[in-house]
Amino acid sequence: MFALRRLIRFAVSMVVLITASFAMIHLIPGDPIRAALGMNAPLELVNQRRAELGLDDPIPMQLLAYVQQILGGDFGTSFMTREPVGQIIADRLPHTLALAGAATIFTLIVAVPLGMWAGIRTENGRNRGTELGFTSGTGALTVVPEFLYSIALIVVFSIALGWLPPAGRDGLDSYILPVLALSIGAIAMVARLARVETLRELGADYVRLARAKRLPVLRIYLRHVLPNTLTSTLTVGGLLLTGLIAGSVLVEFVFAWPGLGGRMVESITQKDYPVAQAIIFVYGAIVLVVNLIVDLLLSKLDPKSTIKET
Amino acid sequence: MRQLLRTPTGVIGLALVAATVILAIVGPPIWGEAAETIDAGAALQGASAEHLLGTDNLGRDILARVLAATRFSLLLAVLATVIGVGLGLLLGVLPSVLPRRAARLVTGAVNALVAFPALLLAMFTAVVSGLGARGAVLGIGMAIAPGFARLTQTLAASVAGADYVAAARLLGVPRWKIATRHVLPNIAEPVILNVTAVLGTGLVAMAGMSFLGLGVQPPEYDWGRLLNEGFGRIYLDPVVALGPAAAIILAGLGFNMVGEALAKSAARTSASAGPVSAAEVAPDDSAPDADAVLEVKDLTVTFPGGVTPVRGISLTLAPGEIVGLVGESGSGKSLSAFAIGGLVPYPGTVTSGRLRLNGTELTELGQAKRRKLLGTSMAMVFQDPMASLNPALTVGGQLAEVATVHQGAKRSAAWARAVDRLKHVRIPDPEKRARQHPHEFSGGMRQRAVIAIGLMGSPKLIIADEPTTALDVTVQRQILKLLREVSADTGAAALFISHDIAVVSELCHRVVVMYAGRIVEELPVSELAGGAAHPYTKALVASLPDLDTDKGEPLAAIPGTQPAPAEAGTGCAFAARCALADQRCGERPPLKEFGKAHTVACWHAGTVEIEVATR
Amino acid sequence: MIIENLTVRFGSFTAVENLTLEIPPGSVVGLVGESGSGKSTVAKAICGLVRYEGRMSGVDPKRVQLVFQDPYASLNPRMTVGASVEEGLSALPRGRRKDEVERLLSLVSLPPEFAGRYPRELSGGQRQRVAIARALGARPELLVADEITSALDVSVQGAVLNLIRGLQAELGLSMLFISHNLAVVRYVSDVVAVMHRGRLVEIGPAERVVGAPEHAYTRELLAAVPRLRH
Repeated sequence: MFALRRLIRFAVSMVVLITASFAMIHLIPGDPIRAALGMNAPLELVNQRRAELGLDDPIPMQLLAYVQQILGGDFGTSFMTREPVGQIIADRLPHTLALAGAATIFTLIVAVPLGMWAGIRTENGRNRGTELGFTSGTGALTVVPEFLYSIALIVVFSIALGWLPPAGRDGLDSYILPVLALSIGAIAMVARLARVETLRELGADYVRLARAKRLPVLRIYLRHVLPNTLTSTLTVGGLLLTGLIAGSVLVEFVFAWPGLGGRMVESITQKDYPVAQAIIFVYGAIVLVVNLIVDLLLSKLDPKSTIKET
Repeated sequence: MRQLLRTPTGVIGLALVAATVILAIVGPPIWGEAAETIDAGAALQGASAEHLLGTDNLGRDILARVLAATRFSLLLAVLATVIGVGLGLLLGVLPSVLPRRAARLVTGAVNALVAFPALLLAMFTAVVSGLGARGAVLGIGMAIAPGFARLTQTLAASVAGADYVAAARLLGVPRWKIATRHVLPNIAEPVILNVTAVLGTGLVAMAGMSFLGLGVQPPEYDWGRLLNEGFGRIYLDPVVALGPAAAIILAGLGFNMVGEALAKSAARTSASAGPVSAAEVAPDDSAPDADAVLEVKDLTVTFPGGVTPVRGISLTLAPGEIVGLVGESGSGKSLSAFAIGGLVPYPGTVTSGRLRLNGTELTELGQAKRRKLLGTSMAMVFQDPMASLNPALTVGGQLAEVATVHQGAKRSAAWARAVDRLKHVRIPDPEKRARQHPHEFSGGMRQRAVIAIGLMGSPKLIIADEPTTALDVTVQRQILKLLREVSADTGAAALFISHDIAVVSELCHRVVVMYAGRIVEELPVSELAGGAAHPYTKALVASLPDLDTDKGEPLAAIPGTQPAPAEAGTGCAFAARCALADQRCGERPPLKEFGKAHTVACWHAGTVEIEVATR
Repeated sequence: MIIENLTVRFGSFTAVENLTLEIPPGSVVGLVGESGSGKSTVAKAICGLVRYEGRMSGVDPKRVQLVFQDPYASLNPRMTVGASVEEGLSALPRGRRKDEVERLLSLVSLPPEFAGRYPRELSGGQRQRVAIARALGARPELLVADEITSALDVSVQGAVLNLIRGLQAELGLSMLFISHNLAVVRYVSDVVAVMHRGRLVEIGPAERVVGAPEHAYTRELLAAVPRLRH
């Protein structure tokens, strides 16, 4: 029942996304073709491109055609390179997903134990020094944007030390710096959430009962507290993946990573609208799909989470 | 503001913000000219004494450009924040003003947008509104809006659902007045706190857009643009990226730290962190009571700042005896139970002259031995059965682990014992129930399961802290019956903590009354209704209406309130509320014998006037 | 007030089913039941805080006032006691409101200087007095008291119950007094109504319901009430 409702919501969101993506080209002030090709472009070329995009047809026809194209995996042709946009996406999407996926896993592996440790250490206001260090440290780390981490890591590990490649995707070691750049801020954020979550669970009555049962502390933390933080960890994990996919745009730009993000920035600055439109659509679709999967997983794992939905 | 300066985060944050604002004001007039001066001869230089951070491709001094760019960077961030917060507030408040359907639509739209990463929204908006500073500001504003709308909605919804808003509605207070008098003042503070943090985020995001080339376009420049220009040269001169990067980080950090410090000072409770002065207790020399299950002497619980919620209580429980510990909230009754059970939360400290369970002094045992002893011979039951069981684990598993951990039982044997114990507390179909999770149990059944956990070992003492307060009377009766049976079957003594004298009188053999952290009277239950000697006990009994109370007479009421542990003073803590108080009550009355198994701490106990005054 | 065929549904769940109840002018009707019996939903329906089916007549719905269970949540933390009480006095000319606030506070035995205090400076019992004063200010035709003593300590509870009884005798209030505590309900009410799973199972004069219960559930409830052993 929940799954059905959730699927309907997904379908509605998808329709909204397609409409928004379609509308993007039409919302651009002035003539997007002129804007892209420049004032001096020959009229024939402009008209040809205009026909390519179907901009001369009535709007509802255009929308219908657009939907048909998307369903067939056809995203048009790049203004600049004349490549099929579908091909660009097929080539580059895996690299973006690999980067964001690796960063998500790395973040969760580091952040959840870190946050739990901090929560246990600072329960009931003990170790105020640790608490202050942890909150202000992670607070500062979340403020620094990915692109500055990227630059700093390149300067230190590629330029000064020469240990790791500063750009491109070539072998496993080329993943290290981009994944780190993408993860540091995320780790700080997730660790903060994990600490708050842990503190809440530690204050719960069932933990008091577990203590009254005189269970060893490790058993209390691992068997009683940890499973109860998993639901929220999964929720955060979903948000994290989508957030990191967006964050990867900046990291890809700095590291010249052959993913979607770098190409999107390029296409926006060059006014290569078919490419920009398609990539933004793909990003949006990924977000919707990831959220759908997380919600469905959650409803399986924790029946109570679906009650909140209604 | 003064609160802000009390934390290091607040001080540093405020200093950074102040520096940014001052630079934004004085930056362009002082360094504006140097930032624009083209010197083709000095192009693309690294750091030097003349140009501390080097020069750009037209020979302009990068340090001057960074300093001068403060105003524009901050301005753009402020604009984006204003757009985002304004739009967010509008979207957040709309649902509470619009008709139901439209309100749902707005909420749904906001929820859908919140799921989208802000950067994607910013990119989309920036494409649509055109490349440049204007597009980027709009984009970041749009990206800020959904999150802020959600925050406003959540806050407004929680305030709008409060009882005091319902009360105002009933009084006929008009809608707009409810919004301005009740809702807005109560959400203003958190909203303002968040604006500060959003400003920091906006500043960093704006820099990101410009860095990607999607924000400020030359010849204009902000920090992000400067970083973009320097980025290509970091292989040769890393220092050229240093200036704008540092500016972005420091300004962003400043706003964020101020926001965080503000939030913290708003949430701060009066947590005084003074030194713990644990009470010195001399070990008791008198011979221990060999037959007692529990013998407690001079038990004291202290918290930092000299707060002492439990002050030297002494208790002895015989096997099979059920003792009620009665008092109002704040009397220290629950904390006494936790102290006996060794569960007083940090930073509380427990001291005692004697704490013997079944003949063993607990404070002399090593940790492992103590854990094993308490795990098998002391059972604890808490107030809220809905919260006492772990929602993620099966009920049977929560029973069985006691046997595997403390008795080294095999899994299958532990499970069999768990099923048997569930059966013992009369949970129907225990095999099936053991495999279920707590949310499939009713409140009464959960409390049975908690009692069954205590029966996994061979309990000598059961400590039950208000175990029936959260339950309905009919269920309460069943749980009381179960406790009585369990105690009779196993010979375990029970310490039953409750605020309800009637419940205690039905279940217990003996009653201990606590007031402001001390025991004021201890008496057999048969004496409770007619033979209580302390004016507080008498008033408690009289203030409770039962099914035979004379409706023509007012109920007894005690004026005033129980003093907090820190304010109890040196005299009788009840004196301020007592009709009999005289100068003798300035000195604390000791607990003294008042008859068979009856002790009381009152100078007036047994006198004629107490009978008259409390009739 | 006469309530006829009151039904309240939350989705597929029926909280109150076909309840008919009369609250005669100047009398106190006690409504008793366990958690989930629907008694608090009845209070909300009478005050118009939930949607319901059925008919209510005899009292202007705008002249019903409610005193809530939790005195810590029912006063706006950012308004003084005086401002809270004054909210119900919009019918009075501005100049007379201050005197009326003082009169109302004295009615609930609070000194006039309490008008300038904030809720956080008050104890639970004092807050509940303020909430009662605020409700009385609107000159209600019907006062609904929903578990008003269950968040209070025993020693304070007696005083609030005495206050309610005194006010009722003095002002001739009509009142619906809701509680899970049968002894408390009996002490305050003229008529006692017993609810069980959304339905009214028994109603009658307080002494009769307590002394000679007719419905099996009432008997069960009575048997379960803990009593002080004499």
